[in-house]
Amino acid sequence: MSRFTRTNILLLLAVVLLAAVPLLLGLGQGEEPFSGADSRAESAITEDHPTYEPWFSSVFEPPSGEVESGLFAVQAALGAGVLGYCLGVVRTRRRNDRRTTATEPGPTT
Amino acid sequence: MHIAEGFLPPVHAAAWTVAAAPFVVHGVRAVVRQVREDPDSKLLLGAAGAFTFVLSALKIPSVTGSSSHPTGTGLGTVLFRPPVMAVLGTIVLLFQALLLAHGGLTTLGANAFSMAVAGPWIAYGAYRATRRFGLAISVFLAGALANLATYGVTTLQLALAFPDPTGGIAGAVAKFGSIFAITQIPLAVVEGLLTVLVVRLLAHNSPKELLRLGVLRRSETTATAEEARS
Repeated sequence: MSRFTRTNILLLLAVVLLAAVPLLLGLGQGEEPFSGADSRAESAITEDHPTYEPWFSSVFEPPSGEVESGLFAVQAALGAGVLGYCLGVVRTRRRNDRRTTATEPGPTT
Repeated sequence: MHIAEGFLPPVHAAAWTVAAAPFVVHGVRAVVRQVREDPDSKLLLGAAGAFTFVLSALKIPSVTGSSSHPTGTGLGTVLFRPPVMAVLGTIVLLFQALLLAHGGLTTLGANAFSMAVAGPWIAYGAYRATRRFGLAISVFLAGALANLATYGVTTLQLALAFPDPTGGIAGAVAKFGSIFAITQIPLAVVEGLLTVLVVRLLAHNSPKELLRLGVLRRSETTATAEEARS
């Protein structure tokens, strides 16, 4: 395995660890552990400013948590799909370039 | 950092929209120019948009026991400069406001200002200032600061609109800051690391393009090739 690949895997592992450690340590608190910071800000506003009335509501509200998480998954899937496609294209392009020029030693990845 | 629909008083909502609009308009022209002058960069433009799309959909648990999400604007900032991200970031926010009831149309201007304008520009400043110390460190800082700056601006926006009944605006900054700041630190690290990962993959596979975009320097392309072989 090249140093390049090794470093990339370490980067990914670090990301997974950073996300997993709070869960493993059970750092969630309150009624709904690991609720969104955005909604916490929202409830902080309604607590301190009970008279404030949101003056506009969402044009479309996902009818259930399942539908909402499904839509979030669609967003992530679209992003990851396109990103993966782009990385695939540049990788294939590099291999083809290398084959036609054939001046560089072969990849050792 | 998404301020929920209707959660900014009309005057604030309008003011942030006015503040963000010129950046987005200027950004649209920057995107058009980029595509016209360098059609080959469309692929990486797509990658930058996709990166923001996927990262801002991921809600990641943090040490404070709440969850929040990265912004993903650092990558496009490094590759294409901040004006392009003003557009790509706003598109993501619009998608989430319309389909996910996350953020909102009335708060789109404020959210675009924090995530698509302030975050990318602060990230770009950090990137340029530290670029001479190496690609990885400067890209990491760009990714991490894009995230932190976005939430910093959101904190200010909320504090201005909702001053603390006793502590005033400063008290409100402390209060909203306590909700976002510490939560966001590990996520900023996550965002920085992922941005470095994607830039490494691009530098490895597409050094010519990154050279053309001015991200890589000629002396560095041989260094990345050597790292791959060792």
